[in-house]
Amino acid sequence: MSATLRAERPLFEKADWQFSTIQRCHDEIEKIAVEEMGLSVYPNQIEVIGTEQMLDAYSSIGMPLFYKHWSFGKQFARNEALYRAGMQGLAYEIVINSNPCISYIMEENTATMQALVIAHAAFGHNHFFKNNYLFKQWTDADGILDYLEFARDYIISCEERYGEAAVEQLLDSAHALMNQGVHKYPRARATDLRTEEKRERGRREHDERVFNDLWRTVPGKDPARHDPTAEERRRALLQLPQENILYFLEKTAPRLQPWQREILRIVRIIAQYFYPQSQTKVMNEGCATFVHYKIMHRLHEKGLLTDGAMVEFLHSHTNVVFQPDFDDRRYSGLNPYALGFAMMQDIERICENPTDEDRTWFPDIAGHGDPMAVLRDVWANYRDESFILQFLSPRLIRQFALFHVVDDAADPTMRVNSIHDERGYRKIRQALARHYDISWTSPDIQVVDVDLAGDRRLIVHHRALNQVLLEEKGARMVLQHLADLWGYDVQMKEIDPTSDAVLKEYNAKPRSTP
Amino acid sequence: MHIVDRRLNPSGKSLANRQRFMRRAKSMIRKAVHENAGARSIKDADEGGEVLLPAQGVQEPSFQRGASGGIRDHLLPGNKEYVTGDTIPRPQQGGGGGGSEGSPDGEGEDVFRFALSRDEFVDLFLEDLELPDLLKRRVAQTEVVSYSRAGYSVSGSPANLALTRTVRNSLSRRIALRRPKAEELAALRAELADLDPADDTRRVELEAELLRKERRTGLIPYIDPLDVRYKRFDPMPKPAAQAVMFCLMDVSGSMTEHMKDLAKRFYILLYLFLKRRYKNVEVVFIRHTHTAAEVDEDAFFNSPETGGTVVSTALEEMRRIIADRFDPDGWNIYAAQASDGDNTASDNERTAELLTQHILPASQYYAYLEVGRDMDHFPTGFIRRDSDLWQTYAALVAKGAPLAMRKVGHRRDIYPVFRELFARKTGAEAAIA
Repeated sequence: MSATLRAERPLFEKADWQFSTIQRCHDEIEKIAVEEMGLSVYPNQIEVIGTEQMLDAYSSIGMPLFYKHWSFGKQFARNEALYRAGMQGLAYEIVINSNPCISYIMEENTATMQALVIAHAAFGHNHFFKNNYLFKQWTDADGILDYLEFARDYIISCEERYGEAAVEQLLDSAHALMNQGVHKYPRARATDLRTEEKRERGRREHDERVFNDLWRTVPGKDPARHDPTAEERRRALLQLPQENILYFLEKTAPRLQPWQREILRIVRIIAQYFYPQSQTKVMNEGCATFVHYKIMHRLHEKGLLTDGAMVEFLHSHTNVVFQPDFDDRRYSGLNPYALGFAMMQDIERICENPTDEDRTWFPDIAGHGDPMAVLRDVWANYRDESFILQFLSPRLIRQFALFHVVDDAADPTMRVNSIHDERGYRKIRQALARHYDISWTSPDIQVVDVDLAGDRRLIVHHRALNQVLLEEKGARMVLQHLADLWGYDVQMKEIDPTSDAVLKEYNAKPRSTP
Repeated sequence: MHIVDRRLNPSGKSLANRQRFMRRAKSMIRKAVHENAGARSIKDADEGGEVLLPAQGVQEPSFQRGASGGIRDHLLPGNKEYVTGDTIPRPQQGGGGGGSEGSPDGEGEDVFRFALSRDEFVDLFLEDLELPDLLKRRVAQTEVVSYSRAGYSVSGSPANLALTRTVRNSLSRRIALRRPKAEELAALRAELADLDPADDTRRVELEAELLRKERRTGLIPYIDPLDVRYKRFDPMPKPAAQAVMFCLMDVSGSMTEHMKDLAKRFYILLYLFLKRRYKNVEVVFIRHTHTAAEVDEDAFFNSPETGGTVVSTALEEMRRIIADRFDPDGWNIYAAQASDGDNTASDNERTAELLTQHILPASQYYAYLEVGRDMDHFPTGFIRRDSDLWQTYAALVAKGAPLAMRKVGHRRDIYPVFRELFARKTGAEAAIA
């Protein structure tokens, strides 16, 4: 960067901090982030919390308020036990995609760590949340906290009216189907959680207003008349096939009460809110890590960080971006921090010092000269899958020594499909990108039909990609929940998408009829 | 930017969720607690702690891809020797070597660690047990007298002199009777000493004044017996808040590990139970063969001894310890004896006598637990002869001695037997088998 004026005094010299230290860190970091790096962020709200509160936040998926359910108690107990036994450290921070952007920082952190955390969460993640297209499309940062409050209060009121047991049972079922409760493709309407709440009230009032018991006695259409196009029409009316199972149940399950539909809606809206996060893990962490790395270096250059603090930061940073090899005991998959950070740095390098290889692979950005502009564009317009497919460079593949192993159950051994060589780069890039593609990684399960004329059986298909079947025990339990919600039998077929052959079939009956 | 200090927010936000979880997993936690209790030492049996729960019961299912079958691929970092086309033998467990399928936190989901607080632990452990009436009645009778302050009195022992109160009384009396102060006298004397020798009138005046005051000082004492107050103590009857638990066990060769384990479980239950009732619970371990000795817990359960079996030695030792350290007036004495029932035939009479004459009158409760081998091994219809000790004790019980006795053959019987002993019953006799 440009010539640097050295500050007279560093921001802090010792490990302990006051609120004024945090304020000064934030202000200095903000200068660098906004003026030098051109980040655009939501206003920040930094909340200092203790250990137990961090455990609390852990157990409610990081949200400051949440409805009550035993599974969060289980999470809490589990994390607490692990933490107490020293088997698991706590995160230094949790950041919430909301406006203002709330970052929780732990009181135990040293001053250096607080600076790092502010740079990482309050600017890195914050910028990503505000600018990435997935978050813009799917989440409503302005409304999420209000919506969560509404959800909590609504569920409490349901518990009061219908009993804790009934609500708990419903939530159990809804949670089991949470992953099948997201719209994967955008629809016309943008979600706005505030109106969501209003609409719920409106819907209920309308139902109550127009309720007239007489309608029950009016004879229906003659069911015997069968129209050949009726089936098509029915499927269209039911919006079948439908991969958002919770949405389908909310709209069409015959035996659910209005409040039950509303709770399904709450669960699926929350699932939808978290949907972008699962698709941008590498980018989100890469962005935040890159930002904090840059900012901490600039602070040091400006004389705002002591050498000691810098060493402490580098130690922590190195731990975060450590990637063990596959044959290492510590290996547990690709570290999104390591991959994300390496790719961001690589993009910066390509923009500033491209090699001939880079010029062939990335003609658009090689030698671009303004890496921050390129990175901001990347952060705004990609998700993990497209990001890797576009920007994983041969140099990085070599650096990580990535190789691709194919495990076909039909073969006696696994086979190395490609390695980090000239022939392998594209294949590896493609395969890795696919690992982050949600349509590859999460099972493709859809509601395909309902036997309306017969026993109202719900028919669900799992298109078993590469013939990888579902884990049986879990699948049976989830189907049981599905049947409970649907109120009638449920059948699930696992289908080989290449041949349409049925590989496996499950049936479930509802446990209790309300 | 805002900085908000949330540290002072009330903690325990997850408490409601935790309770819901406990309610949900109650039967499993209860089972785990009972299993866990066996592995503990008696004295820390009532600490809280971790229990391991099987994860299935509290699973949150979701659609997951199976771990094997089909075509799957892995992308791994850190290639060292592989080239395209190499084959790698499949690791034993699906994905174990591949890594990408392994559980990311390394812990797996099969066991679930759950930390219980002390109260939660004990509550679950002693759930729906009640103190028998027998205990309640007798606990109420055993009282110790303690003294508590109750104002002042005019008589008492010098050690209880209430100094402040006494001096206060004396001061007010001195002011009321206008006893001259020491300073006034000193001032008069000083003036007299400094006086011009020629000034006779003044001298006479002063001398008279001094004489009057000195007389008055002599007449009015600094502290009068009227002033003296003593701290008063009233005797207050209080139920004894301490208990001692005697664990008696036969450790001769015929007692197997299994039997000792049964005994230990029973002791743990009793300890927990007493611990809930009394602030202080002491535990005394007495082991015996043909001689008896007081030992520590570790030696009690773990070091084997050889020798004959003379039960009365243990009772004798217990009597000695009671006389030495645990005055029955101040202590609630509980005893549990575990044995396989063997006793030297000639000793039975002595045992019975010791029990009825000395031990039972001093004790709140005496339980005899006859531990047997795993009874599952006995074919049905097989009638065992009652052991020597059993017969002896049964005879005592028949005569109305307050003695509880049970036979236990299997670990799973311990808890029911314990519950049977402490289930609600009426009168002392009902507690007897």
